[in-house]
Order: sequence, then C-alpha cells, then structure tokens
Amino acid sequence: MAGKVKWVTDIEKSVLINNFEKRGWVQVTENEDWNFYWMSVQTIRNVFSVETGYRLSDDQIVNHFPNHYELTRKDLMVKNIKRYRKELEKEGSPLAEKDESGKYLYLDFVPVTYMLPADYNLFVEEFRKSPSSTWIMKPCGKAQGKGIFLINKLSQIKKWSRDSKTSSFMTQSTKEAYVISLYINNPLLIGGRKFDLRLYVLVSTYRPLRCYMYKLGFCRFCTVKYTPSTSELDNMFVHLTNVAIQKHGEDYNHIHGGKWTVNNLRLYLESTRGKEVTGKLFDEIHWIIVQSLKAVAPVMNNDKHCFECYGYDIIIDDKLKPWLIEVNASPSLTSSTANDRILKYNLINDTLNIAVPNGEIPDCKWNKSPPREVLGNYEILYDEELAQGDGADRELRSRPGQSLGPKGSRLRDAGRTVLTTWK
Amino acid sequence: MLQEESDLSLIIAQIVQKLKGSNLYAQLERQAWGSWEKRILKSLNSMCTELSIPLARKRPVGEQKELLNKWNEMGTDEPDLSLFRPVYAPKDFLEVLINLRNPNYENGDSLSFRTHLGLIQVPLKVKDIPELKEFFVELGLTTGQLGIDDSTQVPPELFENEHVRIGQKVLTEQDSAAAQQYIRQGSPTALRAELWALILNISSHPEDILYYEQLKTNVIQHDLLVDSLIYKDVKLTASNDDYYFVFEDYLYQVLLCFSRDTSVLSHFAYNSASPPKSYIRGKLGLEEYAVFYPPNGVIPFHGFSMYVAPLCFLYHEPSKLYQIFREMYVRFFFRLHSISSHPSGIVSLCLLFETLLQTYLPQLFYHLREIGAQPLRISFKWMVRAFSGYLATDQLLLLWDRILGYNSLEILAVLAAAVFAFRAVNLMEVTSLAAAEAVLADLSTLKVMPLLQIFLFATVT
Repeated sequence: MAGKVKWVTDIEKSVLINNFEKRGWVQVTENEDWNFYWMSVQTIRNVFSVETGYRLSDDQIVNHFPNHYELTRKDLMVKNIKRYRKELEKEGSPLAEKDESGKYLYLDFVPVTYMLPADYNLFVEEFRKSPSSTWIMKPCGKAQGKGIFLINKLSQIKKWSRDSKTSSFMTQSTKEAYVISLYINNPLLIGGRKFDLRLYVLVSTYRPLRCYMYKLGFCRFCTVKYTPSTSELDNMFVHLTNVAIQKHGEDYNHIHGGKWTVNNLRLYLESTRGKEVTGKLFDEIHWIIVQSLKAVAPVMNNDKHCFECYGYDIIIDDKLKPWLIEVNASPSLTSSTANDRILKYNLINDTLNIAVPNGEIPDCKWNKSPPREVLGNYEILYDEELAQGDGADRELRSRPGQSLGPKGSRLRDAGRTVLTTWK
Repeated sequence: MLQEESDLSLIIAQIVQKLKGSNLYAQLERQAWGSWEKRILKSLNSMCTELSIPLARKRPVGEQKELLNKWNEMGTDEPDLSLFRPVYAPKDFLEVLINLRNPNYENGDSLSFRTHLGLIQVPLKVKDIPELKEFFVELGLTTGQLGIDDSTQVPPELFENEHVRIGQKVLTEQDSAAAQQYIRQGSPTALRAELWALILNISSHPEDILYYEQLKTNVIQHDLLVDSLIYKDVKLTASNDDYYFVFEDYLYQVLLCFSRDTSVLSHFAYNSASPPKSYIRGKLGLEEYAVFYPPNGVIPFHGFSMYVAPLCFLYHEPSKLYQIFREMYVRFFFRLHSISSHPSGIVSLCLLFETLLQTYLPQLFYHLREIGAQPLRISFKWMVRAFSGYLATDQLLLLWDRILGYNSLEILAVLAAAVFAFRAVNLMEVTSLAAAEAVLADLSTLKVMPLLQIFLFATVT
C-alpha cells in the first residue's frame, strides 16, 4: 500500500498548496525524502547543475525540464526555431516551403528577431530596409514586461552598437543580452484595444512528444486604447499586455482584470468574421505551439522525472495571423481576480492529475499515458506516438489552412485524429 | 433627409433653450403611471438642484472639440460621477408593479385569480403550458435546436450542417419572414449578425449613417444631465462585466446618441405608457411649453446599458450597432420597463412567471412564499434586463434569437420559471430570501435551450 505523496515547493501560492492539501499529500522540506517538488526556475538550475548535481530517484518528479530555457529564453527560442526551419529545408520537407518573397509558408510564426549585441550589424541592415518600422527590445532573461521598450530610431539603441564595436572580447552577461524583434504594430483590436492570448500547454515528454493544451486560456487587454502613433511609443499601457504592467494603470478593474476567456474571443470572431477564418486561426495557433515544441525537442533533456506547464503568449494581428511572442516556464500563479483564482486552481489540479497519476507516489518509469478521464480541462494537443501510428501520408494533408476533418476548427477528444496527423 | 436632420437639430436646440434655468413638472395623475412619473421627475429635479447642473446646456466650443477628439474613448477620463445616482433601479419599479390595481376588476370577479398568491395583483390573461407548447412548438423535443443539437457530442451531419445551409439560403434570398421562422431554431454564430439585421429590417443606407452622424453632432454640441446618468450606469454595470467591459466605449457612443433621438418618441404611439412630459415653470398644461425630456422620452435606469452590451459581440460599426439597438428597443425592450397590458409587457411577464410557478411547481412556490422569498423578487431583475449580464453571452444570444423568432418576450418568463425548476431541490432547502438569492446568484453556467425544452416539453404536468 503506497504511502502519501511528500511534496515540497519554494513557491508560496495558495493555488498550489490548496491542491496538494486537498490530495492529502504531506508537506516536507527539500532536505527530506520528497516525491514531488514544484520548483521555481532558480531551484531547477541548482537541482540539475553539474556542481551540486542531485540524483533524482524513481519516485521523484519535478515540474521543470532541466534545460527548459531552450524554449523559454527569448533568444534561445528564436535560435532553436531558426535551426529547426533550416533543418527541414535541408531535408526538403514540404513544411519548409517558402513563398515568392522567401517567407516560410507554414513556419513563419515568430516576428523577425535578432540578438543584441551579437547580431547588431545584421539588425542594422534589416532596419535600414524599412526605416519607418518599430522594433521592440526585450531583455532575454526577464519577465513580467520588465525592461521592455520600443524603438523606431537606431540612435535609441546606440549602447548595443558601442559594445560590439569597442570590445573585442564581449562579456555577455545574461543581464545585458537583449533580443530585438519587429514590433507587430497592427495587432487585432477589440473595442479599440490591443490584447494578447495566454495559453497553457503541458508537456509530459519531449521524445516522444506528448503535449496537452488547456482549454481555458484567456486574453489580456490593455486598459488604454491602442495607437501606433509614435508619440505614444513609450506608453507601456498602450503596448504591453502583461497584467503586472496593466494593473498599475488608472483604469485597471479588479473585477474582470481586463481578461476575456478564449471562448469569448471565439464567439466574437465567429460572429464578426465568420466561422471558417476563426477556425483557421485557432488551428494555426495549435500548429505553432506544436511546431515550437518540435523545434526544441531534439535539444531538450528529456529527463523522465520531469514535466512542465508552459504559459504561451500569442498575439493575433489584424489579418488574423497568430504570432508566437514567447513561452514562459513559470507562468504566474498569482490571481488578479476571483475568476482568475478559480482558473489557476483548476489548472494546477488538472496538471497534477496528469503528472501524478491517481495522486499516488509517482514512478517515473510509467508510460506517461494518462486515461482520457483524468484530462479535466486539458485536451491532447499532440501525441507523437499516436501520430506515428497513423501513417506517413497524412503529413501532406495536415497543414493548417487545409481541411482538417469535419470539426477541424474545434479541439476535442473526438477530434484527436485531426490533431495527431501533424508530424 | 436633410430637412429631418435640421429639424432634429432645431428640436434639440429648442429643448435646450426651453429648459434653460427651469425644472420639470409632471402633469397630474394618469393612471398608475402618473405617480411613478412624478417620482422619476422629482429624482431628476433634485439631482439638478443639489448638484447645480442644468438639465441641458450648449457646450462651449472648446469642450466640443475635446469631446470630438475623445469620441472613441469616452470611457477614460470620465467626469466625477460620485454624486450621481441612478434615477431608479429595477427593484423600485417592481414595487410600483406590485401596487398596481385595476379599478375595473372587483376582487370577487375572477375566481381563479383570487387564488393567485404572487405579487402581481392585476388579472391579465397569460398562457398556460399547453398554450406555450403550441406557441413555442419549434422548441419541441423532436425539432433540431442550436444550443442543444450543435454540442460537440453530436455529429454535425445530424442537424447543424443542414441548418447552416438553410440559414445561408435565407440570407441570400433576403427573406425577412423566412429568417424569423428560421431563427426559432437558433442562429449559427457566423450568420447571426446578418439574420438579426434582416429580421429587424435594418440595412445601412447612406441616410442611416448620416442620421447617426447627426445624432453624434448633437451629442457634441449639447450636454444633457441624462448623459451623466448614462455614464454612471455604464461604469456601474457593463464596465465591470466579464464579457462586456471591452466594449465600454461603444456603449457611450450608442446611448448618448440614443437619448437625443426624437424618432424614438414614435414608439410611444403603441406603448400605452407615454414619455415623461414636462412643462416650463409656470406654464403647466400649456402644450407649447411642453418638452420631452430626455428628447427620446426614455429615462435610463440602473442596468439600461446592458440592453446594448450583448449587441457589441455582433456589430462593431457604430451606426449599424446603433440602428440594431434602436430597433430592438422600440420593438421589445421598452416593454420591459413600462406599464401596459400587452402580453409581452413586463406586467404580463411577471404574472406569467408567477402563474407558471404556482401551477406547475406549487410546493416550491409555497415554500418560498412561506420563508418570505417571493420568487418574483428574485427573477424580476432577470426579466427586466432580458437576462443580459446574468447568462453567458453565447447563451444570451441563443435566447434573444428566440425573442426575435417568436416576436415575443414571453420566453423570458418561461426561462425564469425553468431556472427555478432546475434549482428546485436546492431552493427547497433554503430558509431565507438571502439564501434563495444565493442559490440563484450565478446563472453563468446555465444552458438555456435544454432548460426551456425540459420545462416546456419534458416535465410531467
């Protein structure tokens, strides 16, 4: 008879702790024998670092992959996606097909991005091609919108050029590394406001890739009307959707928190734009999430003790094209509204049900195939094993924009065959 | 159209001129409406005096320019509204309805009515369940419905695909009557905006857009006290709503124009109520000194903006949104807050609700009455708002599909009764009004079509 699961966490959030307690799990410290550790990203670095190197035993699982930063650091994510695309192109894969202007037809989902200071000169070349464009500067290792600013003149980022010209030996401390991306200055607006999408994706294994999408994602609206006007480029309330930023705005509302459910978005788009284009949009969103995971799968340390719940940030432009902005390893578990608290509580609940089957002491050797009933609000996004079982000829028919089956626009269990045909 | 436009400007300007420095006075009693009207005007007047704000005034040019610049974001930087309060709330209106008595009926007249234990004491004729089943025959168990037969478990070949195809055909042929019949089974989300426009006979001709622009100009040029009430209402209701907060600015653009739209006055021809008319001080009863205030004759109450909010999910072009709302108002919504004997009027709806409950759920009805929780006290606010703000938006739109399809608001009363039936088990256990309110506080997870279907067609009566 198995004992109770012993848990540790270094993130003091009620949505976590309430979930552990309701399962009757026992809280211990990290020095004792634990089965489940919900770690912050700093801790995971220590656990898997070469120096301290823990050896995790079979009955221990943690909530991060050792090198999750391949996906969750802005610069590495872009690097990996670029590498993935080039590999597919070399293989002659139809997924890497390009259009007349050289843009990838199916894999162009990350805005043009450069690392600074390393790619400074490449960036300048690109900038000069369209000098009226706006670019967004983001520090590689920060979160919550910290340190982000917009530029539309080279002079505004002189600092990074000086570094690359004057120093022959560049000390790249992670604090100073930035990515600069083409700013999406034509976001889809609703009620005149910019918003982005936060979607939760659970990965239980990278090889074979098995991932789940949480059905209850949400949109985060800016409190201020959007304007691309250059006079408002430094007004973060117009441009950055992070709740950490918006909640300091004058018009922030604590009841709804500026959030909409993804279902609301769907209803609005279907009603105002039509069912087909809305279905296509959501298919594309699922597609880009899966492609981003496939891009990093080869370099991920697929440690069997690990699972991870990512927060995907997606922006939709006014042509209804989705763009992957970034992936968060530690999506916020703070609740800004009552609805938020319920959502995040259920998110953790469903995540634990999949990651720790039956709430019993884990055995990391299990096959990581939970039965349908425990998925809760998750749906299978992609299951590589099942997909491979379906035959190779499906690949050509499965690209986004083509008919994906009778209810291709809806993610649901019966539609599983639709999603798993992607390879 | 140009003539009408300048007439409208003239009318508004005249109103502003007449109201300069004056208060509003109601003409004496005209049935039950009279004293209610007096109360409302008294409330407006006192707000006027206390806050030293005129009922209407012309804006100085600088202010006009500012407002024009801010037209798309009136939600930000709003005036200080702390001293304003809604003129009335649904519960105030309910008290008026409860005290209605029809002098033509003696207590002894209608035997069956004597046993009516609800709050409404006016013996209007309402349908019973057999009649409702006939009236709402397309909602029956053997007919496909959107809201039931389009759920993910049901293969679309069984109903949904064909229904969508028929909807597209109806739209291509621009057949308004067919659309109204079709929509009884619900509208596909992608077709709803067009179908509603077809049924309401709204098409955006240049003159319609011009008319809206003219109203907008009126808003820019003149400030009405009622505007502050509208602001306050939006800030209290829609701005805090999970679904509608996004559309806050559209609501101002619609409602401020609406209050100046004198063409809305024409609906009073078939509304047995009449708009609050007021007279300049000292000229009581003299028609040439009579003024409708506000110009459209409709005084917004707490929650009024929720009539507009759901429409923002369908229309994002301001003049179209405006036209659709105006038509919905003069066809349906006005009945929810004026006193009449019309079967879709709020009085009849209340009586229908109470009768359904008392007849088909007597145990529940008596129990709630015993503990001082008259069911109408809870359901009234749902019906007055046509459930806006209480149901999830997709469900609300399915409900409003049927209002349009059947050209009747009776479905609101039926749904209210169905909700009570659905939560009957929990309600039987409560022992206070507050506890009953709590059981019925959250309707956001309800699926309206199954509830209606079960209540009408699958309950043993």
